[in-house]
Amino acid sequence: MTEINELNNLAAQIRRDILRMVHGCKSGHPGGSLGCADFFTALYFNVMHHDSKFNMDGVNEDIFFLSNGHISPVFYSTLARSGYFPVEELKTFRKLDTRLQGHPTTAEHLPGVRIASGSLGQGISVAAGAALAKKLNNDSKIVYALMGDGEIEEGQNWEAFMFATHHKVDNLIVTIDSNGQQIDGSTKDIAGIGSVDIEAKMKAFGWEVLHMNGHDIEHIIDTMAKAKLLVGKGKPIFIIMKTEMGFPIDFMVGSHKWHGIAPSDAELESALSQLPSTLKDY
Amino acid sequence: MKTYEVQNIKDTRSGFGAGLHELGQANDKVVALCADLIGSLKMDAFKKDFPERFFQVGIAEANMIGLAAGLTIGGKIPFTGTFANFSTGRVYDQIRQSIAYSNKNVKICASHAGLTLGEDGATHQILEDIGLMKMLPNMVVINPCDYNQTKAATISIANHIGPVYLRFGRPAVANFTDANAPFEIGKALMINEGTDVSIFATGHLVWKAIEAGHILAAQGINAEIINIHTIKPLDEKAVMDSVRKTRCVVTAEEHQMNGGLGDSICQLLARNLPTPVEMVAVNDSFGESGTPDELMKKYHLDTPDIVDAVMRVMKRK
Repeated sequence: MTEINELNNLAAQIRRDILRMVHGCKSGHPGGSLGCADFFTALYFNVMHHDSKFNMDGVNEDIFFLSNGHISPVFYSTLARSGYFPVEELKTFRKLDTRLQGHPTTAEHLPGVRIASGSLGQGISVAAGAALAKKLNNDSKIVYALMGDGEIEEGQNWEAFMFATHHKVDNLIVTIDSNGQQIDGSTKDIAGIGSVDIEAKMKAFGWEVLHMNGHDIEHIIDTMAKAKLLVGKGKPIFIIMKTEMGFPIDFMVGSHKWHGIAPSDAELESALSQLPSTLKDY
Repeated sequence: MKTYEVQNIKDTRSGFGAGLHELGQANDKVVALCADLIGSLKMDAFKKDFPERFFQVGIAEANMIGLAAGLTIGGKIPFTGTFANFSTGRVYDQIRQSIAYSNKNVKICASHAGLTLGEDGATHQILEDIGLMKMLPNMVVINPCDYNQTKAATISIANHIGPVYLRFGRPAVANFTDANAPFEIGKALMINEGTDVSIFATGHLVWKAIEAGHILAAQGINAEIINIHTIKPLDEKAVMDSVRKTRCVVTAEEHQMNGGLGDSICQLLARNLPTPVEMVAVNDSFGESGTPDELMKKYHLDTPDIVDAVMRVMKRK
């Protein structure tokens, strides 16, 4: 269990980074970032075989694509804490001349980022393309991707889902952040989408579907292990990850209000007090 | 006026298909994707001989663009194929974010551009694609003039690292360029040296400019004709050198005036050497159904329209 404790400590630090980054530039998307901190921690510090000496092609390593690019704070903090670039650089988030643009980009050559994302619905196609390249290269490593549940309203996703099944892209593990929230309200109210509907739709599209608790690192690791066992079996793999937006900050949790606004000074102080510093802040 | 021998009458899209097939043999990094238009894009030969490197994506162009961007990560050189309308306007944001902004090594290959698509009508006749693509940072925009040049351009762009938009067409047209001529991105080609007017033409309009050149020569007008196969990056030196000599310009293209080759040349000249320009292009309208020849006449993109434009612009010198 030591390892799980260490991962939980890392996730807490990443959450501190997220809050301080968004507060530092008075903009950004804390809600989804906080909700996905446990997932990113498990992925980069346990699940994936990856090299922080970044190489764009990522041959013979697992690679990850973030489709819902607005949760860049959790992506950047995880990359920095994994050694892709100096942790101190997190303080430049969203500021002029930064490599840490509001949404991830390759244009600034930030190690760890392989595609621009932010305009939603494009990442699963890109991930499927990268998975095809791995197959052509006889590279047995895995392509991971994360998307938002509001994002699934974009039609391009369904084109990609259909393609991946038909072309047996079975080295692709897509996780959806099922927090049930989007900017204007709940995904249920806005588009009639809940996690039950997503499971039925994805199975109808021919994907293997797993569920996991996005706030239990041990469960994330176990579920990812099950997903890896399905790789190479002819079907793409989809994981419905239940999270709460803003988790675990008491005044943020579960509300779409915190999708895209920064905390005030007092709110930051209150939030940080709920996340005792576990590693050194940047 | 220099004379060009018509070797045969062939469609530029077949030049693409032939070039892609040669690339398939020469470079195993080259992969191809098509959105349910294999026959129209002449991608059959590549599909037949390199099936493991060919991906039928179905009628899902947005996904095709994303897949192509992803395939570059792992070192592949993807060539996407569909009609020009579905290669650009339909997938603009996908190209903008996943290819141009991400600077991915994707070749967007687009057939049936412009009015000469013909009878299908305006829904399919895109006349805005050059403008859409040239506005994107990192994007190279190429519009070759005949079968040989389209084949050479297809082979050449595999060696350019970065996004390319390659535009070609449906109809069989005069094939007159040297089959062995190398294709150099951004290097305008002198068709005929002249002193009275500069005609800058691209795509199918290059041959019409040559036809116009003969009519003008019979009237004692010595036209300089330059084939601008690469609209971006524009060969500014070739344009400026010619205009310094002739002091008046006609541009000719199968595209809207807004955003096309003429627009690029006017910007260059306005900044550096203000010069009278007449533009042979579609004037802010959609196309319609008809044969390619009928449409080129009706929308004033034909040989006599180039001659008329030369007459007008020379009076403005």
